[in-house]
Amino acid sequence: MRSEELRVAALAAAVIVFTSGTALAQKKYDAGATDTEIKIGNIMPYSGPASAYGVIGKTEQAYFNKVNAEGGINGRKINFVSYDDGYSPPKAVEQARKLVESDEVLLVFNPLGTPSNSAIQKYLNAKKVPQLFVATGATKWNDPKNFPWTMGWQPSYQSEAHIYAKYLLKEKPDGKIAILFQNDDFGKDYLKGLKDALGAKASMIAAEESYEATEPSVDNHIVRLKASGADVFISITTPKFAAQAIKKLAEIDWKPLHIVSNVSISVGGVIKPAGFENAQGMLSAAYAKDGADPQWDNDPGMKKFYAFLAKYYPDANKLDASVVYGYGAAQTMVKVLEMCGDNLTRDNVMKQAASLKDFAPDTLLPGIKINTSATDFAPIKQLQMMRFKGEKWDLFGDIISGELSE
Amino acid sequence: MSAAIEDVVTESPGVIEAVPKRAMTLGTGTSLVMLGLLLLTPLFVKNFIIFQMTMLLIYGVAVLALNILTGGSGQFSLGQSAFYAVGAYTSAILMEHAGMNYALTLPIAGIICFAFGFLFGQPALRLSGVYLALATFALATAMPQLLKLGYFEQWTGGVQGLVVTKPDPPEAVQSMLSWLHLKMSQDMWLYYFTLVITIAIYIFSVNLLRSRSGRAFMAIRDNEIAASAMGVDVALYKTLAFGVSAGITGVAGGLGAITVQFVAPDSYTITLAISLFLGMVVGGVGWLPGSIVGSAFIIFVPNIAEGISKGLSGAVFGVLLFLVIFLVPHGARQVAIVGQQLIGRFRKN
Repeated sequence: MRSEELRVAALAAAVIVFTSGTALAQKKYDAGATDTEIKIGNIMPYSGPASAYGVIGKTEQAYFNKVNAEGGINGRKINFVSYDDGYSPPKAVEQARKLVESDEVLLVFNPLGTPSNSAIQKYLNAKKVPQLFVATGATKWNDPKNFPWTMGWQPSYQSEAHIYAKYLLKEKPDGKIAILFQNDDFGKDYLKGLKDALGAKASMIAAEESYEATEPSVDNHIVRLKASGADVFISITTPKFAAQAIKKLAEIDWKPLHIVSNVSISVGGVIKPAGFENAQGMLSAAYAKDGADPQWDNDPGMKKFYAFLAKYYPDANKLDASVVYGYGAAQTMVKVLEMCGDNLTRDNVMKQAASLKDFAPDTLLPGIKINTSATDFAPIKQLQMMRFKGEKWDLFGDIISGELSE
Repeated sequence: MSAAIEDVVTESPGVIEAVPKRAMTLGTGTSLVMLGLLLLTPLFVKNFIIFQMTMLLIYGVAVLALNILTGGSGQFSLGQSAFYAVGAYTSAILMEHAGMNYALTLPIAGIICFAFGFLFGQPALRLSGVYLALATFALATAMPQLLKLGYFEQWTGGVQGLVVTKPDPPEAVQSMLSWLHLKMSQDMWLYYFTLVITIAIYIFSVNLLRSRSGRAFMAIRDNEIAASAMGVDVALYKTLAFGVSAGITGVAGGLGAITVQFVAPDSYTITLAISLFLGMVVGGVGWLPGSIVGSAFIIFVPNIAEGISKGLSGAVFGVLLFLVIFLVPHGARQVAIVGQQLIGRFRKN
């Protein structure tokens, strides 16, 4: 009897020692993470007015397939749950709640669109679910104090605008600037960035015209801007209107220094239709490599990218900047999950996402690196200026940071 | 007087089939079963499902409003999203800028939308059928842009929209439940709050259609000339139908803003108006209980379509819609009638 008691006691002690031993190995999980799987949520406009961006979600799925095929992250497979919101904010809220409450994902990665992300930001922050690397260029995502669970990825429209302003202040300090901008969050964010960076020299802006995305053409705006006598033209436009502007400038024989926003730098989608001869000397800025540009054919990063496309996403159009985008964003996500190790809590995911140091995804321009900190939730802040020459963009100058404090 | 009436009397398009007013509602037994289901289900499901059920009720109310207009008075509208948006923005602005209680914003949203709908009904009187549909369509396409105008931006938040605070259950309810050691989530409270309003609106609508005004609506729907010959003020009742429909849609919009916690111009595009129209047709034009079926169709079928194929979700949705229209052109009403006949035959045996 007595020996039996002893044995039980010994066994109990052994069990305690054993279990505390495994506790020391520090495997910590929140909903969505297990020994074998990490569940990641995503919301994309696969249908509706912005469905062209759905390619980003498909590329990310393909990239996670590749990671899984190569053994996963620390032995765990990524389960990528991506839903369609049709670019409608109420639908985005429904899908975000489905991801968090029904699918129980660890985090929501790269949801697309400023309206959709605005709609789900408060909910995800209240639930303390990471809203990581949102696919929009609005500046407001870098706000760790009020929204510690939300982080952007690409350079914000404002930081891009700062770069143009810096360039103009240096190269054309006596210029008169005419601005054409789209009357929405994108255009207004940009305009604010320009004015902030010009600061005391904001009087350089001679004229500004806004257009609605539903207008058939921006021709008459451009005629009015020419009349202001400006010698710098900044085109804060989406692809269709950027192409119209390039054409119209040539038609009315107005030859200002032409700067076009990064969203409309596609050679195939904007410049070719507008005519190469009309776009010579045009300026812009970039942070990612162009999948269609032969100068990257021997670049080790892009070689990996092309190999990935060939094997995991053969029907992708490599001319589409969204494919390059999705690849870079997914790679950043994988990097953060690798850094998390076995501590896959939402808290730790945010902590690791906020401690990226000089991380360079394969598809970013050489020299551009991702850096984040507890007070800096804007992963990509640098761009490089480029000039259109012949049939492609030529990068020039240094990598410039879009931060104003410098 | 006769001249005025002649102006507004237009040829009935003859698209909408006459629905007798008895056939517009459910029997008492069925109603009670439905009510029981709506009351009890949230106690057993996750918050996310409760949220979806709340949206189901809200879109149901919006479809019901369109049903009064189209099924009741025979007028088409593709502009319901505009009224929905006005209601949503009214609630959001009053809550966020004036600090008003969410429940009080709803009647205000309803009244503003009623006035808006009534006024819009005046010029729309001269149009009928597809022309009216087109005029309301213009309203729906204009609305998101009006909301973006810089002029209103300090209230509407422009393109960025407005974030709305979600209401907590009131203290009284909380303390009552704490006696039973229960706690009510925000979602559940909002669901029951929406349910009460939905039931109130449903009872109001049923009674409206059974009243003198309702008979006037239906008389206009069935034959305008005959209606005016019987002394129905066609102009007044047509605009009234527009006003009531817009008012109810406005309340639904306000509820939608509170539930989704966010309003933005992109939430209220023409797609929403078409969805509501779709919901009405699928639910059965002129059959009020069908509104909830129609609402379920526009919320859940896109999700099912997405589950079948992500890349072709639009096409799958189209095929499903086509099947519904092809197999049961009168929507849920037809299914209900067939069901009723089957049960009747079963009882006889």
